[in-house]
Amino acid sequence: MPRTTRATAVLLLCLLALALLPLFAEKYYIQLFTKMMIMAVFAMSLDLLVGFAGLVSLGHAAFFGLAGYALAFAAPQYEAANLWLSLPLAMACSGLLALVIGALVLRTSGIYFIMVTLAFAQMLFFLFHDTKIGGGADGIYVYAKPAAAIAGWEPFTLENYTHFYFVMLVLLVLVYVALRRLLDSPFGRVIVGIRVNEQRMRSLGYRTFRYKLVCFVLAGMLAGMAGYFAAAQFGFVSPETLSWHQSGGVLMMVILGGMGTLTGAVVGAFAMILLELGLQGLPEIGGMDIAKHWQLFMGAFIVGAVLLLPHGLLSLFRLGSRLRRKPAGAHDE
Amino acid sequence: MSEAVLRTERLSKHFGGLVAVNDVSLEFFADQIHAVIGPNGAGKTTLTSLLSGDLSCTSGCIFLDGEDVAGLSADRISQRGVGRSYQKTNIFLPFTVLENCRIAAQSRLPSSMRFVRAALAYRDVVREAERALAEVGLEHKAQETAATLSHGEQRQLEIAMTLATRPRVLLLDEPLAGMGGEESARMVELLQTLKPAHAMLLVEHDMDAVFALADRLTVMVEGRVLESGTPDAIRASAAVQEAYLGSEGLHA
Repeated sequence: MPRTTRATAVLLLCLLALALLPLFAEKYYIQLFTKMMIMAVFAMSLDLLVGFAGLVSLGHAAFFGLAGYALAFAAPQYEAANLWLSLPLAMACSGLLALVIGALVLRTSGIYFIMVTLAFAQMLFFLFHDTKIGGGADGIYVYAKPAAAIAGWEPFTLENYTHFYFVMLVLLVLVYVALRRLLDSPFGRVIVGIRVNEQRMRSLGYRTFRYKLVCFVLAGMLAGMAGYFAAAQFGFVSPETLSWHQSGGVLMMVILGGMGTLTGAVVGAFAMILLELGLQGLPEIGGMDIAKHWQLFMGAFIVGAVLLLPHGLLSLFRLGSRLRRKPAGAHDE
Repeated sequence: MSEAVLRTERLSKHFGGLVAVNDVSLEFFADQIHAVIGPNGAGKTTLTSLLSGDLSCTSGCIFLDGEDVAGLSADRISQRGVGRSYQKTNIFLPFTVLENCRIAAQSRLPSSMRFVRAALAYRDVVREAERALAEVGLEHKAQETAATLSHGEQRQLEIAMTLATRPRVLLLDEPLAGMGGEESARMVELLQTLKPAHAMLLVEHDMDAVFALADRLTVMVEGRVLESGTPDAIRASAAVQEAYLGSEGLHA
């Protein structure tokens, strides 16, 4: 089977497994996987920047967190916000912020770009942390999940955790398909061209700044979508969602899974969250409380993964198929 | 003679204390090849970069169709019909050969802010890319990765990408550098066919090619124009003999 066909088959199988999961899993796991899918959308939005446009941002949580706050502000106290109004509003807020930040930071590149994106995200973090907006360091509650009612008819309710799960599954697929199309469009080709050789793109007549800015805004809006649903699921927004830990975490997901593949971002998001959970659930071994020091092992795992699999966890799959294709006993060459 | 398509007036470029291009005034006419020769470090590539907008000049003017374009960015210069090929091969190595030309041709869409339809569904763009590839004789390599091409083929691709943007003015910085005999001959033939309908700047060390192609010849030394005229006049010039041709001989 050609590799692309095989990859598509594996992808569809994973999708099928995800679609069937709520039939078997308990509430806890359904909610856990919902969270993983939210983070997968967040990671894909960053992969668009890092893996395709070559813009390594260390401030991507700003757009994620701001959308969460937008939901918190949009919701009337103790009541549900309207999903169809508050979601576009939250994404627009993130997009607008990305437009402003992008217009400034995209004049830099490389290490400076990393530093300036981090600086802007930290400014936003301290804005919410040190002022009374959004409850300061204590954060703000989203008491009710957004309601999806259209003129009295309610296609689904996010208060139902299974519904929430399927909404995220549909969104994950939609975002994935939309990004795939985007990357195949003239715009997508320009973005990748800029990563490979921006100077040549300019000399071919492309105003690269504009394309990078549009890409930055799109990525910011998608991060906003993820942040919106994260806030809705968790029912609480705090400055932590804007913090550089959050930006670093999602960057780690993208790198761990494999940059510039989209699928890798999803794999990375799932892997990181499962790993964190698995390590926290480990028993005490020989008087050492592993679960308490889970971050130590997480760090070791990531270092190991980056050293052994520089193209991310996704390359494990490719490695596997390469080994299988080679007949037993066959020599190299 | 008709008005020059591209003209520089007292163009200078300083890098700190170094004057790379010094007071250069040149003219480029449609249907003509204007070759610029000179020893290494004479400022030929810097001059090309000034004309293409990759560098901005310290002083002087660049007139394109009578309009001063000095200070415009490289993308704007390109959109006004000036195409440049680089001395150091400057292509998209991970892309296929066709995609290199396709992305070049796509730059002539009114905008590439198109997000939904597949890039390959823009048939005109693909056709334009294929035409440019055929022009340099690389169509049989269209699906190969650019990084796997030989040095000479990468040079040809470099030119094809420039042609795919349909420029009126061609700035070619050592198009023959590193090419084998057969590839060179083919390129000279191609430049000959491109002469009509293009105003061309040719920076080249291959003197056989220069004298075969050039309608006008400028010799640069240390950033300045030493002599400018017809190839025959240059060949006869005592100053040139002494400063350049005499000391280094014809690199044939």
